[in-house]
Amino acid sequence: MRRRTFLTTSGALIVSLSASRSAGPLELLAQAPSPYPDPDFHQLDSWIVIHENNTATFYVGKTDCGQGTGTAFRQMMADELDIDYDKTACVMGSTDVTVDQGGSGGSDAIQTDGWPMRRVAAEARRVLLEMGSTKLGVPVEALTVSSAVISVKADPGKRVSYGELIGGKKFHVALTGSNIDATTGTAKVKPVQDLKIVGQSPKRYDIPAKVDGTQQWAVDVKLPGMVHARNVKPPVAGATLVSIDESSVRNLPGFVKVVSKGNYVAVVCEREEQAIDAAKTLQVNWKKPATAPFPASPELHKYMRAATPTSSSTPAVIGNPDAAFGAAAKVVEAEYDVPFQGHTAFAPAHATADPSNGQLTIYSNDMKSYGMRNGVATFLKLPRESVRVIWREGPQGYGRTAADDAGFEAAYLAKELNRPVRVQWMRNEETAWDTKAPAFACTLRGALDAQGNLTAFDYLARACDYNHVGYNEPDTVLIAQLMGSRPARPAAGSAATPGEMYAIANRRMAMQVVSLPLAFETPLRTGNLRDPNGPQSTFASESFIDELAAAAQVDAVEFRLKLLTASTADDSGFKRARSVAVVKAAAEKFGWDTRPSPRSNQSGNVVTGRGIAYAFRGQTVVAEIAEVEVNRTTGHVWVKRLVCAHDCGLVINPEGLRRTIEGGLLHSLSRALHEEVQFDAEKVTSVDWLTHPSLTHLDTPATIDVVLVNGDPNPRRSDLPPYGAGETVCKPLLAAVGNAIFDATGVRLRRVPFRDARVLAALKTGSTASL
Amino acid sequence: MSTIALKVNGATHTVNVEPSTPLLYVLRNDLDLHGPKFGCGLGQCGACTVIINGVATRSCVTPVSTVRSEVTTLEGLAVGGKLHPVQQAWIDEQVPQCGFCQNGQIMTAKALLDRNPHPTDQQIREGMARTLCRCMTYYRVQAAIKRAAGERA
Repeated sequence: MRRRTFLTTSGALIVSLSASRSAGPLELLAQAPSPYPDPDFHQLDSWIVIHENNTATFYVGKTDCGQGTGTAFRQMMADELDIDYDKTACVMGSTDVTVDQGGSGGSDAIQTDGWPMRRVAAEARRVLLEMGSTKLGVPVEALTVSSAVISVKADPGKRVSYGELIGGKKFHVALTGSNIDATTGTAKVKPVQDLKIVGQSPKRYDIPAKVDGTQQWAVDVKLPGMVHARNVKPPVAGATLVSIDESSVRNLPGFVKVVSKGNYVAVVCEREEQAIDAAKTLQVNWKKPATAPFPASPELHKYMRAATPTSSSTPAVIGNPDAAFGAAAKVVEAEYDVPFQGHTAFAPAHATADPSNGQLTIYSNDMKSYGMRNGVATFLKLPRESVRVIWREGPQGYGRTAADDAGFEAAYLAKELNRPVRVQWMRNEETAWDTKAPAFACTLRGALDAQGNLTAFDYLARACDYNHVGYNEPDTVLIAQLMGSRPARPAAGSAATPGEMYAIANRRMAMQVVSLPLAFETPLRTGNLRDPNGPQSTFASESFIDELAAAAQVDAVEFRLKLLTASTADDSGFKRARSVAVVKAAAEKFGWDTRPSPRSNQSGNVVTGRGIAYAFRGQTVVAEIAEVEVNRTTGHVWVKRLVCAHDCGLVINPEGLRRTIEGGLLHSLSRALHEEVQFDAEKVTSVDWLTHPSLTHLDTPATIDVVLVNGDPNPRRSDLPPYGAGETVCKPLLAAVGNAIFDATGVRLRRVPFRDARVLAALKTGSTASL
Repeated sequence: MSTIALKVNGATHTVNVEPSTPLLYVLRNDLDLHGPKFGCGLGQCGACTVIINGVATRSCVTPVSTVRSEVTTLEGLAVGGKLHPVQQAWIDEQVPQCGFCQNGQIMTAKALLDRNPHPTDQQIREGMARTLCRCMTYYRVQAAIKRAAGERA
């Protein structure tokens, strides 16, 4: 009886949740007998449990990467169920306890997965009202419900609570829907106007444990008999293992085993520090590859522009670009480059696997825990039913843990040793070998007529993205590659075109992908990073729009608004009207004075300027303005103020949203100012926080203004949907900062990051070509 | 292996480890104090910060045998179940995103405010400069420090 097993397990978790606010004592997580169930999303009981004390626990198949989505899920479901927010709890992301909503990714937690959550909570309310009707002897229409108590409208003394009706018992109600996103009962969700908890800002329930030290993170898992493993990576990309001298570590304290297969090597010891020492000490002979795996990083973009593409999109053409360029009064051309930028997660990859009883339990912060379960089962040729993933919180997700190497490694090592194994990467390993956002080389042309109107736009993006790593794929995770796995069809990868609503009569938008010489077993492997291609493509396009505005001697906001309003064509999401609204809202909040860039007549070492950029992603639209100080003597850039006007439709938790937006802005600011993966012709040389700098407290803007616009033509419409809020923010910021530097200095920076030396060199030469 | 005595958060513990073992692993793996985290092992990020003699100290590069004074970890800040004002400010300001670095932020801020109860904005920036956050919660961290400083006034 799988259902019974599930509810028993759930019950245990609930006790610990209410007791400690946190994830439950580890003794509760001891291996339960398999088969591990797949909670049935067509059963209401899989989603919602009502307890005898009139509280509720929600079980959802998502993971929280740090944006407080768990709090938002509780708000949405509590609202539909008509129960107080603080009488609810939320359990996420463990494969045998929660339905498979795929975990996290794509900023879809609220936009996509929130709908089945709301519908099942509405269905539970409907069922409870029917039960209340029977119990109280009046029709459902005569009842009202508040704070999980049903009462008779005409006789409020007659009442019954949810807990009294069903506490500790099961609903036994089947749901319908062809897939989990479509899961529904017969009840309808409430119109927006009736939502009371949605739109409020309850504090995140997970924060107290994170500030008092009681949070149980994935790194904290400790099991009886557990040993510690560390990897030994090839010293240069593409090296092959020749031999291992195990005697070099055999006599070290706590030594357990050297495990290797193909080019994968790990050392296992009793204690963590012993494993770290042993991995450093182990003597391994590697053979360098015959040819260079990649060009050195200063040569990357030259290489990318000269390479033959591995794939090309059919260009999207509107009008007649060639004729328009031929008739132009002025043609502007520019190349924009973005280097590889890494996740460089705050803590390196980690996981613990327990092989007890011939089963496998993986404790992981994998944001797509369900995918890890399936991937590990295939990778190790285990029955899927004997593998489960227990999700625990970890350092920021943003895509890295969707290709979770450590979980596969822990599982492999645990099976090899038949003991629980905790593995963690070291800092140099993570910074060098994590997945990278693809490098971009963009080529743009724009045609202006004699009146300064943009008549044609030609955009070509080349992404170095061949063999882009997928989500927990058993044949593309790094351990599989190092063991020799080569999928028959490596992922084609992708470039991107910008997300904007500019009405330009003649356009050509083209995308190409190129490959580095070494496509497998390389530290320059690409994966999804917080809007995988958006920051790169938007840096090019929104910087270039600014160049065109300057060439036309028109204010940057005015130039954009003219392009946005040059057509009245709309789309289903009112994206044009909402684009206009966020650009206007950002300019208004900033106090934008209308004038062309660059700003003139500045003297002294420190000059200031402002820049705007805008983008949409899906249905979410944002406009961002950066105000910068540039030190002309040192080249140092400080972004002293940021404004973000943001429209993601229905807002669930405004204060939570503001913090998510602030984090996205500053993460992107780090990519604008600091982040670049550097490498020589055989290895990545960015290996720690000195060689791969990140934003610090010193860079933090003095002021960040977030304006939640909600520019829908009818923001009170009853079916206003929420759109994905997180990643759109990351798209325009690089361009906004570059545009502000141009406004301040008159120098156009066409390559990120805007490190001091690069800015200073550009100020001296007046350009950034080939820097 | 050596037997080493440590006073942590008011209690004395004895552990049997190599003297060169970084304090971090003793705290996390022997004493089950999970506030301090591994982030880099190089003293660059601050995830492992503890307070020794009033100084925010990177436990990942501190050999356990060199520790002569009491160690305070994140778990030791609250007194009698009441959160330290810095921790409370963190909740009031809703600082964390993922929260993984926040041990370093909170412990560094606590030591900063202990030696300078009313820091200027620039002193906060400089005092926190080497404590990294990859969710980039810096804006709210700085606001929370100011809030905690204000509540001490």
